[in-house]
Parts: sequence; C-alpha cells; structure tokens
Amino acid sequence: MGADKDLLSSSLSQDYAYGFSSEIETETLAAGLDESVVRLISEKKGEPPWLLAWRLDAYAKWLDMEEPRWAKLSFPPIDYQKMIYYASPKQKKGPKSLDEVDPALLETFNKLGIPLREQEALSGVAMDVVLDSSSVATTFKKTLSDLGIIFCSFGEAVQTHPELVRKYLGRVVPSSDNYFAALNSAVFSDGSFCYIPKGVRCPMELSTYFRINAMNTGQFERTLIVAEDETYVSYLEGCTAPRRDENQLHAAVVEIYAARDAEVKYSTVQNWYPGDKDGKGGIYNFVTKRGLCAGTRAKISWTQVETGSAITWKYPSCILKGDHSVGEFYSVAISNHHQQADTGTKMIHIGKDTRSRVVSKGISAGQGQNTYRGQVQILPSAAGARNFSQCDSLLLGSSCGAHTFPYIDVSNPTAVVEHEATTSKIGEEQIFYCHQRGIDTENAVALIVNGYAKEVLKQLPMEFTVEAQKLLGLSLEGSVG
Amino acid sequence: MLSIKDLHVSAEDKPILKGLNLSVNAGEVHAIMGPNGSGKSTMASFLAGREGYHLLRGKVQFKGKDLLSLAPEERAGEGLFLAFQYPVEIPGLGSLQFLKTALQEIRKYRAQEKLKTTEFMKIVHQHAETMGIAMEMLTRPLNEGFSGGEKKRHEIFQMAVLSPSLSILDETDSGLDIDALRTVAKGVNALRAKKNAMILITHYQRLLDYIVPDKVHILFEGQIIKSGSKLLAQELEKKGYEELIASYQKKLSDTSA
Ligand SMILES: Nc1ncnc2c1ncn2[C@@H]1O[C@H](COP(=O)(O)OP(=O)(O)OP(=O)(O)O)[C@@H](O)[C@H]1O
Ligand SMILES: [Mg+2]
Repeated sequence: MGADKDLLSSSLSQDYAYGFSSEIETETLAAGLDESVVRLISEKKGEPPWLLAWRLDAYAKWLDMEEPRWAKLSFPPIDYQKMIYYASPKQKKGPKSLDEVDPALLETFNKLGIPLREQEALSGVAMDVVLDSSSVATTFKKTLSDLGIIFCSFGEAVQTHPELVRKYLGRVVPSSDNYFAALNSAVFSDGSFCYIPKGVRCPMELSTYFRINAMNTGQFERTLIVAEDETYVSYLEGCTAPRRDENQLHAAVVEIYAARDAEVKYSTVQNWYPGDKDGKGGIYNFVTKRGLCAGTRAKISWTQVETGSAITWKYPSCILKGDHSVGEFYSVAISNHHQQADTGTKMIHIGKDTRSRVVSKGISAGQGQNTYRGQVQILPSAAGARNFSQCDSLLLGSSCGAHTFPYIDVSNPTAVVEHEATTSKIGEEQIFYCHQRGIDTENAVALIVNGYAKEVLKQLPMEFTVEAQKLLGLSLEGSVG
Repeated sequence: MLSIKDLHVSAEDKPILKGLNLSVNAGEVHAIMGPNGSGKSTMASFLAGREGYHLLRGKVQFKGKDLLSLAPEERAGEGLFLAFQYPVEIPGLGSLQFLKTALQEIRKYRAQEKLKTTEFMKIVHQHAETMGIAMEMLTRPLNEGFSGGEKKRHEIFQMAVLSPSLSILDETDSGLDIDALRTVAKGVNALRAKKNAMILITHYQRLLDYIVPDKVHILFEGQIIKSGSKLLAQELEKKGYEELIASYQKKLSDTSA
C-alpha cells in the first residue's frame, strides 16, 4: 500500500528526530492474519485457554464482518494481510540525556510545557532509568496498592487477576460490536487494566506519571476500567507530545464498567501523527470506546481533545442503564490540512431519570473535514430521561468543511431532548483586534480557538489543561493569514 | 510623535482619505471632529494597520519610523493603541488572559522581560480601581455580553494597562452615561503625560470639557478643513458643520476660480 510505505519511510527518516535508534529483535511474525496468528499471540503472552477461545471467537466473527464505510471519511482500502500482528517488544537504545535529542523535538516539548522528566521519557532517554529514579512514581504505586486499586498493563492483569478480567472483558463492548472491535478482540497486543474496589476514591489522576508508561502498547490497545460501588476515578489517556508510529492502523477498545454510585472520568488527548501538509501518511485511528453505567446514580464522563491522526473514527458512548445515571461527552476535534475526523457519541438511555450532556466543538482548517455524529436514544423504559447536546463548528478558511449528523430517537413521552448547533468562522475583526493589541496571528488564533473550546478544556484534569491549550494553538499554526 | 503627510487612502476603489495632513507631538491631545462618513474611523483603522485599504499616496511617520511598513502587531509594539468604536467580542476567551497575552507580546517586541503574574495582577488591580471596573467583569469572556458602556470603559482600561505612547480613541464617548464619561476622562487624563500623545475622535464637545484638547481639527471628505484651539469645538457645537463646510467650499471655489 502506497500510503503505508510513505509513512514507513517518513517515520524511518524521522528516526533521528525522535532521538533514538531502534534495534528490532528478530522475533517478528510475517505479515498477514489467520487463525494461527491469533493462537500464536495468545501463546506468546502466556494466556489462559478461555482467553484464547475468546480471541478465536472474535476472529471468526471478524471474518464474517465488513469494514464500515458509513462515516464521512475517505481513505484507500486497508490491506489487513499486509500488516504485522505480532512483534516482540522492541529493545530501544536511547540517548543518554536530553543533550543528545534533536533540538526541534525539544522545542515542541517546551512549547507544550511538558516537564523535563517527561521529556526525557518521551524522547526515549533510557526509560527505565527515568522511571526507577522517580520516587514520585514509587510513592504513587504504593498509595494505589494500599487502597486495593489495581492498575497495571492488560497483560499483567490477565496473569495476576484472571477472574476479574474474565468477568468484565467484552461485557461493555462485545467482540461482535463492530468490525474494528472484533479485530481488536482477536489480536489486541496490550493495554491497561484498572480496578477500583468498593468504596474507594482514587486519590490521584491516573495520568501524570503513568501516561509515559502507557506508551508503546501497540496498535491494538485494549483498556478495561472497572469501578465498583461508591467509587471515583479519573483516568487520562494519551499525551500532548506528537506521537509517531510505523503502524498506520490503530484500532483500540476501551471499556468502562461503573457500578452503583461509581464515577469514572476518562480524558483523552490524542495527538498521533496526522500526516504531512499534503495529506500523505498519518495514522488511521478507529476506536471503540464505551461505558456502561450499570448501577444506580453511576456517572461516566468522556472528555477528548483530538488533534492528531489522518483519520479519526471514534464515538465514546454511554449506556445509561442504572436509574439516575449520568453520561457526559465533551469533545474538541481539530482537522487541519487533509485530516478527517468523524467523531461524536452515543447516549443510550435505559434507566429512569437518566441524564446525558454532549458538548462537541469541531474545528476545521486547511482542507480538513470535521464531522459530528451523535446518537441519543431514549428507550421506552427511560421515563424522565433528559439529554442536552451542543454541537459547534468553527471554520478557519474556506476550503475546510464541518458536518453535523444528530440522530435522535425518543420512545418515552416524558423524556426531554434538546439539541443546539452553531457554525462560526474566525472573523477578520477578531484577528485585527488581537493584532492591534500586539498579538500576532498565530497567538491570536490560539487565543480565539481556546476561547471557543473552553467549555471542553475546563473538563480536563487541571495539570493538563495548559498543555492542551498550547496543543490547540500548535495544531493550527499557519492555518490563518 | 506622529506625522501624516498628504495621505490618500481608498477602500474598494472608493477614495476615503483625500490628502490628510496631521502632526501630533508628544504631550499633545488632539481632537478630531467631523460629520458621519467623513473618514474618521478609516483614518484610525488605517493607522492601526487594518486590512482592506489601499494606500494611494502619502507618508506616515511614527516616532521616527515609517509606520506603514510595520505589521499591525508591530505598530502596537511601537506604542500605538486604538480604542475601537465597536470593540469585538471573543467568546470564551477570558478578558484578563487576553490582556496578559497582549502585554507580554508587547514587552517581547520591546525586548523587555516577561512580567510575572503577580506583577501583572498588581497593574490590573491598580487600573481597574481607577476605571471603576469590577474584577468580576474581567473574569468574563472578552467583551462578550458587556454593555455598550462597559465595552468602552474596558477599552480605556486596556489602554491604561498597556500604557501606549499614542492612543487613538474612536468615539469612546458615544453611548456613555455621564458617570462613565467622567471615569473614561479620568483614565485618559491619568495617561496624559509629556511623553504620551492622544487623538480623540468625537462628535461631542461634552468630552472635551473633561479632556481639554490642545488642538481641534475638523475632518470633512477625507481632509482636515479647519484646525484650531478648543474654542473651535465650542463654535462647532453652536453653529454645526454647515457653516464651516460652506465657508470651506467657498474658499475652494475661490482658489480654483
Ligand atoms: N471598507 C470599506 N469599503 C467601502 N467603503 C468604506 C469602507 N470603509 C469605510 N467606507 C466608507 O468611507 C466613508 C468613511 O467612513 P468612516 O467609517 O471612516 O467614517 P466616520 O467619519 O468614522 O463616520 P462616523 O462618524 O459615522 O463614525 C463612509 O462613506 C464609509 O461608508
Ligand atoms: Mg467612525
């Protein structure tokens, strides 16, 4: 595939820019996918038989499915037989210090305001050294385990807590859910597992330090979060720093299970390589994210800042099953140059007096195409359900596009569903006003866009808001004037 | 400070400024008056560097530099400030965040050190008090939902914080109640100093009772047709433009005859 090759060669030529050379171990499977590949992945990871069976079942379902093409996205066919589905973890020989890292990369880090220690880790400075010497991290780990919180890689959880994984895996996103979820279920590489036992409030954002750890989990990432009765956890996925990967297709699955009075806040900052200015290369990001508010008064809140990827296909959703449960979706999605984003949410109201709130802020620049696709479904059982959706689009320039597709399906007469949508442009008047106050075009656009996205940004964990604000500005550099 | 020589400017092929001459020295306050559509706002916007105008002829020097060769944000960096006739709203953007960025960028242009947030806030508190601006208003998004008077007051507050050397106030007095007019005048007078200059664009003598100008100019069809002392404004208040314009036109036809 042409684009594949371009991406590969560009990421290879970028190797130096990212400050490390990778020594790839020999044990990499040939390209292609069949049952033996699924078996081999499971075997390599030392998985129990039930998990192999689960993978095989997913694989069989995937074979019978077709790649969805209903989204407003255009991309060449993906050849699933040309991809490599298993590679043993890469050994990286990193630079010894930041002095050896490309200054251009460090400049980006500094523009984003990423702390020094994280810069080291992100640019591949001998990671274990960084982490081992981080006493903060050790303290964090101790605090968590004292509370009975399990937070580890998915693979580790399969070994140490197989009963929990087995109980919840696929419960919210069944392997048959959609084409990409089925593929992920068959071949997922690794990911994260998080379990909050009854009555525990997780005292820290599962983020600051851990976001480094969560890197390199591969192209088929799987995350499972279980929050038992009366719990709270805030989880942060991703990183504002630009991320490159030679794998063009990413198909992750995130499942959240929230029991009675559990609250889960899930925040994402996605900044995968978007391709170059002409739309060459870039990551295809097909993600399935869903949360189940299983118990009464459970609450799940998704916040996403999507600035990267060539293609984003992503609809973090909430199933509001418990009475009085609450689902929220806050999103900022940028599509600049030739980026395409088709993103939104599904709020499925099943329980009584369930509430959902959707705030979507699309930003299109260059030739970017930005689509909001949202579904609000009120089942007959959901008496007194309420939904409010606000979908705004901001256009920079005249070659980009914004599209809104709200699907509303109400089967209970006592429900109230409200939908508002606006489209606006950055006005010359606004830019001139900023200019007159000494602010140049780039800073002006960053200020205006951040003002526009404020309602979403303020949902992010505090320490992350500033980085995200800068990221929005950086993503739009050069798009006006 | 500012010297405008034989300035001809058009917008969409329509000549608007037709041979404007104006010279403003440091420490002076000039008032510019003139009927609607005479080109007052055009002059202000053009000097500040707004797009959409064509320079046909003329020169503008600002503090010894060729003003028209500078980008608008560089003009601000050099110390030019425009209080807008219609201040723009920027939804969601906190007024203070905006102002802080502005001040930092201007300082950067002048190769001055970055201001610490505490120092910035000190300046803000000081001027907010003089200008009778509630801190609550400054936490709101820029000009969003501000009343007409609040917007104007906020412009003068920004001017005070940025402390420019030349301020152009485009009808800042329009739409102000009498108390607000007094506070705006207070703000302007506080900034009035030997090294600063101001151009007040106004329709009313009233403002000039509070801010006494050194000179008053009448702009008509893109030219200054008469200049004088503050007495000119009082005369205008009594007689209106008609008589002035008539005598100007008579003079014109006399010379061309
Ligand atoms: N961009 C433009 N394109 C075309 N005509 C313009 C443009 N800008 C200004 N004009 C015209 O130029 C003339 C002067 O406008 P300007 O706004 O400078 O007047 P003013 O003296 O400020 O008037 P007022 O007292 O009403 O504020 C008006 O006839 C106006 O319609
Ligand atoms: Mg005007």
